[in-house]
Amino acid sequence: MKSAPFAYHAPASVDEALALLAAHGDEASVLAGGQSLLPLLAMRLARPAHLVDIHRLDELHRLEVDGEHVVVGAAVTQRRVERDARVAEVCPLLADAVPWIGHAAIRNRGTVGGSLCHADPAAELPVVCVASGATMTIAGTSGRRTVAAAEFFEMPFTTAVQPGELLVDVRIPVRRPGERWAFLEVARRHGDFPLVSVAVAGDAIALGGVAGRPVLVADVDAARDAVTAADDIHATHEYRRHLAGVLVERTLARAAAA
Amino acid sequence: MISVALTVDGHAASATVEPRTTLADLLRDHIGATSVHLGCEQGACGACTVLVDGELARSCLLLAAQCDGRAVTTLAGIGAPGSMHPLQEALRDSHGFQCGFCTPGFVLTALALLRDNPAPTEAEVRAELSGNLCRCTGYQSIVEGVLVAAERMAAE
Repeated sequence: MKSAPFAYHAPASVDEALALLAAHGDEASVLAGGQSLLPLLAMRLARPAHLVDIHRLDELHRLEVDGEHVVVGAAVTQRRVERDARVAEVCPLLADAVPWIGHAAIRNRGTVGGSLCHADPAAELPVVCVASGATMTIAGTSGRRTVAAAEFFEMPFTTAVQPGELLVDVRIPVRRPGERWAFLEVARRHGDFPLVSVAVAGDAIALGGVAGRPVLVADVDAARDAVTAADDIHATHEYRRHLAGVLVERTLARAAAA
Repeated sequence: MISVALTVDGHAASATVEPRTTLADLLRDHIGATSVHLGCEQGACGACTVLVDGELARSCLLLAAQCDGRAVTTLAGIGAPGSMHPLQEALRDSHGFQCGFCTPGFVLTALALLRDNPAPTEAEVRAELSGNLCRCTGYQSIVEGVLVAAERMAAE
């Protein structure tokens, strides 16, 4: 037991959850699967006074194909997406990317919404969402709004979701006929956060791990120039530039073969 | 304080704990399920891996509060001295452990692997076990043990 103390809430409705989040503002954190939040709590990098567990909110467990989009509720686990045959059929990019996330034990508990809201600059799902032009539905006590993925991710670990708000779902466009798609990443070990990841959806190419948030680029040269990440213990700036170029080439080749 | 009631290895268990109590702490400190080993306590090492409703989970990355009403399986729930699971026997025969600290997590991870993929390749075994760390670096014999278990379980 390494976390600082907190109060635990498990609201039964979205309205109840929003009331709790509004009442506690930035003193509250949303608990989805906890696979990003619990390490932060254990290291005391996060010390929320209140945890609002969203697992009882039925609406957040929707996983449906709704015409032109796959609607993924914020509390849907990554494993459920991975195992869903419909998702693999209509949104192959998402199915291509999810197995790269962590390990099976992590994906069993980790949620799509949790990964998006955690907004690690190297995480897989934000890159997929930016490449495919997904939109996020955010609820607050004053109503709901939608935000495009390109605006949702603001900087490392920071999204458009404000204190008092809750991500309800993400709507990922289904693949249109003839549209290319592929996801690839390079990590030091399988299951680690990637040094660089690339998602291709149609004409869009998005990179993760190279800057403070996923970035869209036009080509290989632009991919190298999009790298702003400084040297860190995992890779130098120069190596990430090299990887960005190589990985975009490889991902485009994979997309061409898919 | 919050009350949590769950099933551990087929037995009903309950406890009243602080909200910040993890499932790992609940199992070890309140229920006595000490086969659950705590290594890193931040989801990196895999030693505390258990099954929650039949699916792999890191018990250090779950709050006890999230497990109310759930069924947890630990190492003690799959075999015991004298009645070991074929996977445990295969790991023993292959010298698939050294100090043994990481073993419970490896066994449960391999158990879920063999359930979902009864005839894995060596590469698949290595990929599925890659989230579990062995500080003795006994990976070769662990992988061999899992492959031996797959053969024996297929022959049964």
